[in-house]
Amino acid sequence: MFELLGIPPQALFGQLLLGLINGSFYAILSLGLAVIFGLLNIINFTHGAQYMMGAFIAWMLLNWVGIGYWPALLLAPIVAGVTGVIIERTLLKRLYHLDHLYGLLLTFGLALIIQGLFRNQFGSSGLPYQIPAELRGGQNLGFMFLPNYRAWVVVASLVVCLATWFVIEKTRLGAYLRAATENPTLTQAFGINVPLLITLTYGFGVGLAAFAGVLAAPIYSVNPNMGADLIIVVFAVVVIGGMGSIMGAIVTGFGLGLIEGLTKVFYPEASATVIFIIMAIVLLVKPAGLFGRAA
Amino acid sequence: MAEISIAAAPASPSEAADHSALHRTLFIVLAALLVVLPFIPVIGYPFFLMKVLCFALFACAFNLMLGYGGLLSFGHAAYFGFASYVSAYTAKHWGLTPEASILLGTASGAILGLAFGSLAIRRQGIYFAMITLALAQMVYFFSLQTPRFTGGEDGIQAVPRNAILGVLPLSNDTVTYYLVAAIFMAGILLIYRVIHSPFGQVLKAIRDNEARAISLGYRVNQYKLAVFVLSASLAGLAGATKAVAVQLASLTDVHWSMSGEVVLMTLVGGMGTVFGPIVGAAVIISMQNFLAGLGAWVTIVQGVIFVVCVLVFREGIVGVIGKWLKKPL
Amino acid sequence: MTFRMNRRSLMAGAAATAFTARSMAQAQQPINVKIGVLNDRSGLYADLTGEGSVIAARMAVEDFRAAANGINVQIVSADHQNKPDVGANIARQWYDNDAVDVITDVPTSSVGLAINQITREKNRIHLNSGSATSDLTGAQCSPNTIHWTYDTYMLSQGTGGAMVKAGGDTWFFLTADYAFGHALERDTTAVVQRAGGRVLGGVRTPFPGTDFSSFLLQAQASRAKVIGLANAGGDTVNSIKQAAEFGITAGGQKLAGLLVFVVDVHALGLQTAQGLVLTETFYWDLNDNTRAWSRRFGAQRNGFMPTMVQAGVYSSTLHYLKAVAATKSKDPAQVMAWMKANGTDDPLFGQGTIRQDGRKIHPAYLFEVKKPSESKGPWDYYKLIATIPGEEAFRPLNAGGCSLVRA
Repeated sequence: MFELLGIPPQALFGQLLLGLINGSFYAILSLGLAVIFGLLNIINFTHGAQYMMGAFIAWMLLNWVGIGYWPALLLAPIVAGVTGVIIERTLLKRLYHLDHLYGLLLTFGLALIIQGLFRNQFGSSGLPYQIPAELRGGQNLGFMFLPNYRAWVVVASLVVCLATWFVIEKTRLGAYLRAATENPTLTQAFGINVPLLITLTYGFGVGLAAFAGVLAAPIYSVNPNMGADLIIVVFAVVVIGGMGSIMGAIVTGFGLGLIEGLTKVFYPEASATVIFIIMAIVLLVKPAGLFGRAA
Repeated sequence: MAEISIAAAPASPSEAADHSALHRTLFIVLAALLVVLPFIPVIGYPFFLMKVLCFALFACAFNLMLGYGGLLSFGHAAYFGFASYVSAYTAKHWGLTPEASILLGTASGAILGLAFGSLAIRRQGIYFAMITLALAQMVYFFSLQTPRFTGGEDGIQAVPRNAILGVLPLSNDTVTYYLVAAIFMAGILLIYRVIHSPFGQVLKAIRDNEARAISLGYRVNQYKLAVFVLSASLAGLAGATKAVAVQLASLTDVHWSMSGEVVLMTLVGGMGTVFGPIVGAAVIISMQNFLAGLGAWVTIVQGVIFVVCVLVFREGIVGVIGKWLKKPL
Repeated sequence: MTFRMNRRSLMAGAAATAFTARSMAQAQQPINVKIGVLNDRSGLYADLTGEGSVIAARMAVEDFRAAANGINVQIVSADHQNKPDVGANIARQWYDNDAVDVITDVPTSSVGLAINQITREKNRIHLNSGSATSDLTGAQCSPNTIHWTYDTYMLSQGTGGAMVKAGGDTWFFLTADYAFGHALERDTTAVVQRAGGRVLGGVRTPFPGTDFSSFLLQAQASRAKVIGLANAGGDTVNSIKQAAEFGITAGGQKLAGLLVFVVDVHALGLQTAQGLVLTETFYWDLNDNTRAWSRRFGAQRNGFMPTMVQAGVYSSTLHYLKAVAATKSKDPAQVMAWMKANGTDDPLFGQGTIRQDGRKIHPAYLFEVKKPSESKGPWDYYKLIATIPGEEAFRPLNAGGCSLVRA
């Protein structure tokens, strides 16, 4: 068969599929960040730590309370979302009148605290979490062996992303949210409880991060550092997609996963850098991001 | 930039003279302190003091851009770390004398600053910060991928302290300390001079209301680029000196957490004050040193300091003192 | 008055004098020794070194009955966080301000090299148990350093050589893209080719990494019989987990973990790790001596069994204390000379020697991880495949480029 630049097509498709799987994580995480930034104008540096918390909560639910993977998919985001609500109510609220900078610094500090606490408690080597029995094994697709769990990850994240997009763009609640972003004072004058909306939105964004964490727990080791380097990459994704754009975050997340997958085939050493190069280029050419509206 | 807590500028010429007299005294006190510091027990450990001074200079350079220019760079580690590598490499593999390798390191910081600055300046606010972060990440990965230059994970170890100008040997830590202290004083005096010059005034105007400055006819982008390059060069000076002082250049110096740390030092000490970053650096480095036995608690404590500073202590230590004295520090 | 001294009184007098002199010497001059255990207490390697190494060092002091031998030992510890700058900082402070005589353990090769150089500069002693790089007894060898437990050459000799002999003659490498990974890949490639095997290809993975699926897919596509994992810690654990997930091991390819510790297998679980081939120089269940010691160790360590690094800390501390007692001094030159001139003997590594270049020689063991059905209890993870004698396991004395070796 034909070979593309020396790589047989089977290997290429396999890598693209893997890239799509990675892209799912980028998509959910950047979706959470985009939602939070869009409404609160806060760059949530804690997102990586909250992703890590989601994985840990799932682990704790399993090992301390005996609750398995499927309930954890719902419970962990709720628990994490509640902590997010607490953070917003007690800390973030005080910074809305200030420059973006302070929100970034506060959430950066929170990330350090959360990661440090978990590292203290659980060490850094990582805790095991098994793939749920229903999703073990895989399908032989001919060009690669696709583990069932990874297929599930793509499906779950697509569903969650599209559902979120639908709620925000097509429902009444989403309309209130978007109105509150544009003009909070006027929206509040219409009787909509804007502060409550903001708090719940932050909690929802955190919940999304935790959901990604639960998805990640069986395949990446559950350790306190899992969010730290990921968050920088996710920032890049959000910036490329457009800081407040929901669809932008989703499309860019999956897209960048694919590009990273391709880079791993042709020039693996650069696979960690390629996202930043793209980000620098996009910011220079179209600073509001590919899908963003100009600030 | 809205609502950044910075001490206000003086209102009248007599007040300005008053302040500069105060500052002059403070500088003299600082210089005297630096001279006697190695002889004070417990903290008088030259190795530790050199580290503090290098980071203090780094923080001051960063503060030049943030506190006075209003530009938050989240990638300042790139200039610090890259200059550190250049200085270490030239000292070790080319056998250059310290002042030559430090000079080369500073120059590399300046060139990098020029290159990155001209790209980043085109955008404002959070996009500016993100670009600087992205560019710094590329420097990090470059350092990772060129072990022949940077030594990769090992870093450049056993950097020699050659004789200054080929004649004056840096025989021990104390002698090297005085060299570092001299470089430090020169650096912050330069920063002080820049801040209290017409250039500095325009910079503050741009920080406070960019649109107004443009309407007044100032070439805002040129000013921003100038302060970017100056800040990057001084960060490079700090990094290059650190390489000779600590005799090591490693990946930690170009990692994004280093960029975060310098933000912390500036925040704790006081953004937009002259002496704030020095205090901030001293506090943070000492804390890291003395709490080193506690491992992960250092990260937690740093996080708590960040949170507390942002919520209730935005002026920073020196900023609070300055407010209390009703004089800008 | 008669000056007749008979032999008995002479002997008694002599004995009395000698005894008094000796006890006077002991009472006057106990030697104060401070040992610094520098390792990773909070990161990737905390379980395989960390607090366990401190416990091992303390056990050595107890077993040697140091106090009775006129030596007061104080043990301090610190966390270098796997960063050379942090480690260098701590070492300098320890040597300059805290009168530390010996620094031991030090995992992470980049930190080990930094400590090696500082120890030489300050003329103390470095007993390295945790680092992998064979440069410590090669280009970077030092009269103040002994490299105790293992190195990259031995790892590649063991796992590489043995796997080729067992039929694994085509290899594909997953290499962590930093100095340690490259060194491991280079050494193992040499061994594989010398033994008549072929390296079909390899891929450099960004370090540290979490997702190795695409690299594993490339390894699978190469159809090499052996996939060599030239990485360590979390990277190794992740690669192995994901290889199991993608059915690679089920498909017949064997995984060669080039640097795997018993705690990694514990973290992976036998279900995932079974069939993995690895080389270590110590295993808790090897013989009665190791079992007895490990049980004592485990009692202080929440039931965790010791790794070879921790065992190395015990062994090196013991030998050091013997040297100090024998030479009655802390002078590095004298103590090092004694340590190299006299063989080592401890319940963990048995009898061994220390070479001119600072390399400790003892046998290496090739293990295979048991299937869950083969394991009879907790921590029963390994079956012994082969024993490699010390002279074969480690690089020949003249091949390292060490300046201390007189040709």
